[in-house]
Amino acid sequence: MKRDPNFYDYLPYDARPKIEWPNGARVAFWVAPNVEFYELNPPRNPSRAAWSRPAPDIQNYSYRDYGNRVGFWRMLDVMKRCGMRGSVSLNVAMCEHHPEVIAACAENHWEFYSHGTYNTRYLMGMDEAQERAVIQDSIDTIRKHTGQKLDGWLAPALTYTDRTMDLVAEMGLTYVCDLFHDDQPGPVKTAKGKLASIPYSLEMNDTIVYNVNQVSPRRYGDIIKRQFDRLYREGEKSGTVMCIPLHPYLIGQPYRLAAFEEALQYITSHDKVWLATGREIAEHFNTHYYDAFAKAAHAVGEAP
Amino acid sequence: MSLDKEYLEYPLRRYGMDHKRYDWSMLPQRHSVKWGNENRVALWIVPALEWFPLNMQGKPFKPMGAMQTAYPDFRHYTLRDYGNRVGIFRIMEALENHGLKASAAMNASVAVRYPALVKACVDRGWEIVANGLDMDHLHHGGMSEDEERALITTSLDILRKASGQQVRGWLSPAKSESWNTPDLLKEAGVDYLCDWVNDDMPYSMNTSAGQIYSMPHPIDIDDATILVQNHHTENDFRDQLIDQFDVLYKESSADNGRVMAISLHPWVIGQPYRIRALEEALAHIARHRGVWSATGSEILGAWKTGQPA
Repeated sequence: MKRDPNFYDYLPYDARPKIEWPNGARVAFWVAPNVEFYELNPPRNPSRAAWSRPAPDIQNYSYRDYGNRVGFWRMLDVMKRCGMRGSVSLNVAMCEHHPEVIAACAENHWEFYSHGTYNTRYLMGMDEAQERAVIQDSIDTIRKHTGQKLDGWLAPALTYTDRTMDLVAEMGLTYVCDLFHDDQPGPVKTAKGKLASIPYSLEMNDTIVYNVNQVSPRRYGDIIKRQFDRLYREGEKSGTVMCIPLHPYLIGQPYRLAAFEEALQYITSHDKVWLATGREIAEHFNTHYYDAFAKAAHAVGEAP
Repeated sequence: MSLDKEYLEYPLRRYGMDHKRYDWSMLPQRHSVKWGNENRVALWIVPALEWFPLNMQGKPFKPMGAMQTAYPDFRHYTLRDYGNRVGIFRIMEALENHGLKASAAMNASVAVRYPALVKACVDRGWEIVANGLDMDHLHHGGMSEDEERALITTSLDILRKASGQQVRGWLSPAKSESWNTPDLLKEAGVDYLCDWVNDDMPYSMNTSAGQIYSMPHPIDIDDATILVQNHHTENDFRDQLIDQFDVLYKESSADNGRVMAISLHPWVIGQPYRIRALEEALAHIARHRGVWSATGSEILGAWKTGQPA
């Protein structure tokens, strides 16, 4: 096992090439709904059980199923009312299970990127051929059902091997959402390819906010606005990125909807915000800043 | 290192669900639901009347409210019992102020231990929903079918006899089921269960004995979740109930209704410092036209009437 994942060099926040977003925007803002399928009784990964209760864990299974049956549709309406496209973090088996959800996203010109096959199939423990097969499955399934080229990756349930970043870069993806070290995009060092880390944020993620930190919906609205205000201010100097990762089973609950809509409306009503998708941010960064950021970064010292 | 071959095989990757218990269905595409009398939101209030035995085993897991300390845990035992002695009567008063009724999810052991409490519920026109035997008899995948069938039969027999009601609804303790629970419930004459949290509306489920219905009994709009688990304030609890109602009310119309279900635990919300939060939320809800206070059986009956054959 490594002591440092060795994905990036050190690049201090106050000494970087200046990022300019299209049309003078200060913040590249994107929303990443995790459109997921959790299996009721998946095969067990030796490192992690899919469910906390003994099988069948119908409470946790059905809680997540709410997202597809009910929550997604409410979330979609909020996004449409705010003129916001989603960048879908997709368990690609959703294309087979619930194509209606995929069609609704496509109709609204949302991006699809991969969040693995199912949220109950984890990468750890896989050999290289197995992991390649999972990534290829995502590339093929998204192409087949949406016509889109797969550009982005967020590992299923945030599970990895040491090879994950190298493989997704080699297989032609352009960005990952798995690293939380920055408020701006940055180059990810991989064996082949050109891969950017696009800020995704666990702090803004409704799973962390609701399932881990257990905050109230109105407090979540406040958290989102505070995050935005600061990044909007700093974005005057150099462009920042703000992401709100969502889960329809959480944000689509009636009691959480209004506070979220108000916060989203607050952000989208600002002038200097680029309402973008993950792919668009990665493309802009990789074209204009990837090399400059890589060049400006300092090699990391070897800790004793 | 590599994983077993089956870890990358997906035999259930197909249209719809990965099981046959119910069909895939999206809320916006459903047949509309009319409650009648221009009603928009069916208000379903479900206080749980629970008994946590002092010598709980907590198998296969400890439910919310379980004993915590080494035996004998008098503090948690008596605090849970507070709900049945005191707290529930504060809930009853809060509901009566607005002419609202409830469906009590009752452990069968509560009916045996406190017949006066059964009477208090029944006299108020409340429906009795079976909530298993007690909070230390969870239904789970490790049980044999016969063992579970006996547990269901015992629980229903006690509650039917004690209440004089048909007892058509079922909530499994801690919402824990085995693979067979819905089949065995239908076999025992139960019409609806309250364990699955995947919908805001009733829906039909398949069992080996015919259709059973799933009612939208929440884990989120629940006093124990918000106040005990999440440590929110009483005002936050009130606001979440209000926000839930407002969105459902806005979505609903006299031609297409919604259900707002509230799960309560008298040992939580029945505390003097908390009860006002419920009172204020109910006052907000009751102020709206088109709110129908109903029992689970009434809501299911009205819902079924409007469904295509």
